[in-house]
Amino acid sequence: MVTRESVVNDLLEKFSGSSVSEFRQQTRIVIAKSDLLGCLQHLRDHHAFDYLVDVTCVDYLNFRGAKHRFGLAYLLANSESGERVTIRVMLDEPDLDVDSIVPLWEGANWLEREVWDMFGIRFQGHPDLRRILLPDAFTAHPLRKDYPLQGRGERHNFPVITRGEA
Amino acid sequence: MPLTLADVNIESKEKDGQDYLWTLNFGPQHPATHTTLRIVLKLDGERVVDSIPDIGYLHSGFEKIGEHLDYNQYVTVTDRMNYISPMANNVAWHHAVETLLDIELTPRCKYIRVIISELARISDHLLSTGAMGLDTGAFTFFLYAFYQRECIYDIFETLCGARFTNSYTRVGGVMHDMTPTVIEKIRSFLKTFPKTLDDMERLLNRNRIFVDRTKDVGVLTKQEALSRACSGPVARASGVTRDLRIDEPYLAYGDFDFNICCATAGDCFARYYVRMAEMRESLKIVQQAIENLPSGPANIGSDERTAMPSKQQVYQTIEGTIMQFELVMANRGIEVPHEEVYAATEAPNGELGFYIVGDGSDVAYRARCRPPSFIHFAAFPHLMKGHTLSDVVAVLGSLNIIAAELDR
Repeated sequence: MVTRESVVNDLLEKFSGSSVSEFRQQTRIVIAKSDLLGCLQHLRDHHAFDYLVDVTCVDYLNFRGAKHRFGLAYLLANSESGERVTIRVMLDEPDLDVDSIVPLWEGANWLEREVWDMFGIRFQGHPDLRRILLPDAFTAHPLRKDYPLQGRGERHNFPVITRGEA
Repeated sequence: MPLTLADVNIESKEKDGQDYLWTLNFGPQHPATHTTLRIVLKLDGERVVDSIPDIGYLHSGFEKIGEHLDYNQYVTVTDRMNYISPMANNVAWHHAVETLLDIELTPRCKYIRVIISELARISDHLLSTGAMGLDTGAFTFFLYAFYQRECIYDIFETLCGARFTNSYTRVGGVMHDMTPTVIEKIRSFLKTFPKTLDDMERLLNRNRIFVDRTKDVGVLTKQEALSRACSGPVARASGVTRDLRIDEPYLAYGDFDFNICCATAGDCFARYYVRMAEMRESLKIVQQAIENLPSGPANIGSDERTAMPSKQQVYQTIEGTIMQFELVMANRGIEVPHEEVYAATEAPNGELGFYIVGDGSDVAYRARCRPPSFIHFAAFPHLMKGHTLSDVVAVLGSLNIIAAELDR
């Protein structure tokens, strides 16, 4: 599509070091971590990608050909035309900090909390970065690939409260 | 998950001069949450000053399980996400898988999937409007809605043998083709349902109690709906004209004549009203699809090496048997590209999308679900601010929060 190409070219010009790939008519743009907020704000304000569809993460441990450990995915859409674009940010341990995009979209609040909960990626400037699905006492980040499917015995370590104590 | 006392700030209240505030736990077990979720409310008399949602009680690691079940098996897990419209989840999951594999479905399969996802939409909207009616005191309305849900369950039972957890779709097709009996049942449902829908609208649309309890309650403006990533009826009730069935016509939605239902008020009543209107549009789609159902096979051919062969083929031909084993044996299965893809459908609750990463094996490397309930519930504290305790149930009902989808 013409519009999508112009958006991609504009981004490549503005944010050096970003790369574009396409698969099944879906455009993915990998940008540097420091450009994240600027890039998303630019897309929102100048290219009408005003709708944040999802924020998610993929752990590329043992993924063939992967150069980085984690890949954040910000799925954006244009609420009028339905055009979509995916912004990727690659992260490596131990530096798992990235800017929070809650200032741009309120809806990112819980999505980022879930990514923190499941992958242990810290969002700088997030208003309330607590675990969302798992208990606060949980120590692991279970959607990481080095976490076993059946857990590490967390289920059995919960204190048993008897009726008398409750 | 469980909030500690420090989170709720019970102790510090006296320090900041808020000792008149009353902290109330709404849930985790409460008739009006309908599922297991907890909201900690801070009340000034009956007025809600702040509400802190606390979720995760039903967290069962669906996304982790998705990394260990193959593309056909995982459909049984999607049933349990939004369990009041499992068919729509089945369609959403396999729509994403087929986008990853670049499979073009047969015309008949597309129509069948449209029919089942629209029936699922009707059953979902019946439950959400019905439960909202129930919570605001309209019990008869709820019974009318549930009777019609029973009819849809009957159709699904005839179609695939299961009433509740259907698991009907497969990669490249469906479990088995639609039989004439099912078509007959859908036709008779199409005849009887509009009458009930009229009755339901007459019961609530101008009902003084219901309108008073829902009008101007929980108002979400268009700007906020966009900023909070709302989708589906919740966003459309606020004036966002986004509907994936029109914007990105997946399956066969391009063939049908139907409207997007929108409202501008953005309150609970608008969300109820949009859902009621959408049921009529869904009926129109089902009507058109069932009358123009293309003939031909429901699944893509077995030479594509992706769709399961029919049981008759498996038992009676050697090719079918080999094909079945090729697909279900470990290290064989479907050839999946080393790529990632996001594909979404317009589920009854909003945009239900899956972000799938394929790693060449027949098991997804990552199966992220974009759950509409999760995103809508995040807006709940904002919608509740300044309303009374009794409005909590109206807002909850209008957002249609399904905790299994919320927590996955």
